[in-house]
Amino acid sequence: MVATRKPATGRPVNGKHNYKVIGTRPIRHDGLDKVTGRAIYGADIKLPGLAHGAVLRSPHAHAIIKKVDTSRAEKLAGVYAVITGADMPKADNREVDLGEGAANLKWASNNVMADDKVNYRGQPVAAVAAVDQNTALQALGLIKVDYEVLPAVRDVREAMAKGAPVILSGLVGDDLGKKVKNTNMARHFRHEFGNLDEGFKKSKLVVEHEYELATVHQGYIEPHNATAQWTADNRVTVWTSTQGAFAARRQIAGILRLDDSRVKVIPLEIGGGFGGKIPVYGEPVAAVLSRKCARPVKLLMDRKAVFESTGPTPGGTVKVKIGVDAKGKMLAADADIRFESGGYPGSPVGAGAMCVFAAYNIPNTRIDGYDIVTNKPKSAAYRAPGSTHVAFATEGVVDEIAEKLGMDKIDFRMMNSAKEGTRRADGPIFPKIGHEECLAAAKNSPHWKSKLVKNGPNGKKRGRGIASGYWFNIGLKSVVTISVNTDGTAALVEGSTDIGGSRASIAMQAAEVLGIPAEDVRPVVVDTESIGYTDVTGGSRTCYATGYAAYNAAQSVVSILKERAAKLWDIKSNDVDFKDGVFFNKSDAELKLTFKQLAKKLDETGGPVSATGSVDLSAAGGGYGIHIADVEVDPETGKTDVLRYTAIQDVGRAIHPSYVEGQIQGGAVQGIGWALNEEYFMDQQGRMSNSSFLDYRMPTTLDLPMIETIVLEVPNPIHPFGVRGVGETPIAPPVATIANALYDAVGVRFRQAPMKPGRVMEALAGKK
Amino acid sequence: MARVFVPYNMRKLAGGKTEVNVPGKTLRELIENLEARFPGMKELIVEDDRLKPGLAAIVGEQPTRQGLMTKLEPETEVHFLPAISGG
Repeated sequence: MVATRKPATGRPVNGKHNYKVIGTRPIRHDGLDKVTGRAIYGADIKLPGLAHGAVLRSPHAHAIIKKVDTSRAEKLAGVYAVITGADMPKADNREVDLGEGAANLKWASNNVMADDKVNYRGQPVAAVAAVDQNTALQALGLIKVDYEVLPAVRDVREAMAKGAPVILSGLVGDDLGKKVKNTNMARHFRHEFGNLDEGFKKSKLVVEHEYELATVHQGYIEPHNATAQWTADNRVTVWTSTQGAFAARRQIAGILRLDDSRVKVIPLEIGGGFGGKIPVYGEPVAAVLSRKCARPVKLLMDRKAVFESTGPTPGGTVKVKIGVDAKGKMLAADADIRFESGGYPGSPVGAGAMCVFAAYNIPNTRIDGYDIVTNKPKSAAYRAPGSTHVAFATEGVVDEIAEKLGMDKIDFRMMNSAKEGTRRADGPIFPKIGHEECLAAAKNSPHWKSKLVKNGPNGKKRGRGIASGYWFNIGLKSVVTISVNTDGTAALVEGSTDIGGSRASIAMQAAEVLGIPAEDVRPVVVDTESIGYTDVTGGSRTCYATGYAAYNAAQSVVSILKERAAKLWDIKSNDVDFKDGVFFNKSDAELKLTFKQLAKKLDETGGPVSATGSVDLSAAGGGYGIHIADVEVDPETGKTDVLRYTAIQDVGRAIHPSYVEGQIQGGAVQGIGWALNEEYFMDQQGRMSNSSFLDYRMPTTLDLPMIETIVLEVPNPIHPFGVRGVGETPIAPPVATIANALYDAVGVRFRQAPMKPGRVMEALAGKK
Repeated sequence: MARVFVPYNMRKLAGGKTEVNVPGKTLRELIENLEARFPGMKELIVEDDRLKPGLAAIVGEQPTRQGLMTKLEPETEVHFLPAISGG
């Protein structure tokens, strides 16, 4: 397949603006460190007197811990400390705001170290710090735990069944505002607008189906890690791989019952997160071990622990019913969304409910969301959490309705598309959004216009599918400080950990304002004591919000430098103008200084120049994506190959087009894996049977064609450069896109993901 | 008067109403007025003198970041929804 990536030159994506830096593709500032292995990750940390930790995890999915005997482990030579749930501070049973979302501290504490009960296989029950890793592992084998094993609840259906074992005895569920005890349902909420019954009554065609998705993991390459040092002055320093140093600090401090200011989190390079590295796991455990043995303690997870003990995105069911009039206008829509939260409440069902009908303008809607506790690892965010699930259902039903009406798939979506002024099904009105533009671009794309030969070699069947997806994108808090160096470069200090090239995109926004090359801005990500509060790198907010903070800081730097130029020219700063990196006297065009020239004169005009930009933004402008897939199904094996895949997305403004394309391609690939292969395969006892990358099959470069990208720029009116969030939207459409393509290929509508070979074979057999 | 869209779980308190017009120059004032009219509503929205963790107030088209201090324009729409997280 021929790739359509733009060449790595300085050419903007659409070429419609006059920016000098934005839209170009400079080499990332951290690139050399990463390709030469010089970048420091969590596993690289070495400290004097470092102890090595290991965690004993529950072999059972659901059990009462009757007794933990650590005496033999404590006596083993080389063991410094052993802890259990009894050693953990008793965390408050209260919610803390993490900037995006909230966490209950008691449950968060139990999740990192169980006290009297385990709610999923892999949950920590004890931990050891020792002279080396082997000794720590040997000590784990000497810890004896008596369990009373309970029946496992493996999915939302089992959890909601009459007589299901209750997982959290203290849980008080909220059923539409009514308190419920002895339940696995943590929350049932509803959004309702218009008159649903009336809408369906008026409909000429109503389609309703239930969809089911398996639990899947984010699959980041770097396992979780944490090194902690609890010092005698009751301060804790933590080195870790996290998506948000400040969010990690708040969780660690809450679990350890310390003030936030007593915890310092040093974020290291991060080998992927996708939402899974917002919660903390080993950090508080390493800290408690450190307090006990008075040494720094390092904990590293292996892949099995990552799968079995850290938050996957939930499995669940989504039922969608949509009614349309004779012309295809949507009149009513109803959704029932049930997500498993894992061992403790808190799935992304709220976000799923807000996304389920976000692509369409529907006057009468009802959405029910259920957050359901099951015996699986506590779920965590995964790229547009909840949006992929609901797009699978909505876009499947939409595709079926378009077919039944004999309408073009894109025309039908366009006719019902949400746009500026549309009221979302959960209430608020959309500002400027780009769904229609994406649909138009899809219709005009080389992929959609190309002819697909339906019959492949050796009896293989081909099909083409299309689907929409939506994600909100968030804003929140970011702080950036910029200091001018006398050589005409600038140092940029930020608190956003860099997962997908954000150092470069933030430096570029500062460089654009300062009128200097991106390479002349040196960005560094620092710890929680070296920059102001910055929310997580998540929610597709970093390029938008931290970029906005960089913009503000750079604007302040320019203001100060104008004063310096005025001083040199003995004029008022109002008489100094600044354009394209040049300061000039408004009334004497010959008096001008470049940024570099003026930077050399800092010492003689008042000393160092630095400025801080701080933002707390409401939203990043919602983003839409339309994906198109061509698949080829082998009826002999049920294997599905993706022949061609195009992702169209409104990004507002592509600051660094290569990283924008990379985000879109990455999201699409993860979504394709979710569609075709990935799942937590659970046995009858609730144990994951495929907790390795060998058995948990994620797509590789050998499985897929180059993902073609069409990057649309519908500038976000509330950002100085028009940036919208990018990173999450591309995982919303793929599962639905592949399902719709499979239908086109073999005539079977798949409503269970993954659509693995066995499932395809069963469906084809059923068809015969 | 702001136009408050009553979340489903609070509609019983509001006598089944889906929307109510409530005065208030700030979100704090609006919530106090909601409470005066529909007792019990405030504790579903506010905790420790701030919006409950995990809850977002949408004022106009966007979630507000000023919490209870948010100034309200006349005729503004107000929604109370789950705070959005992300990956």
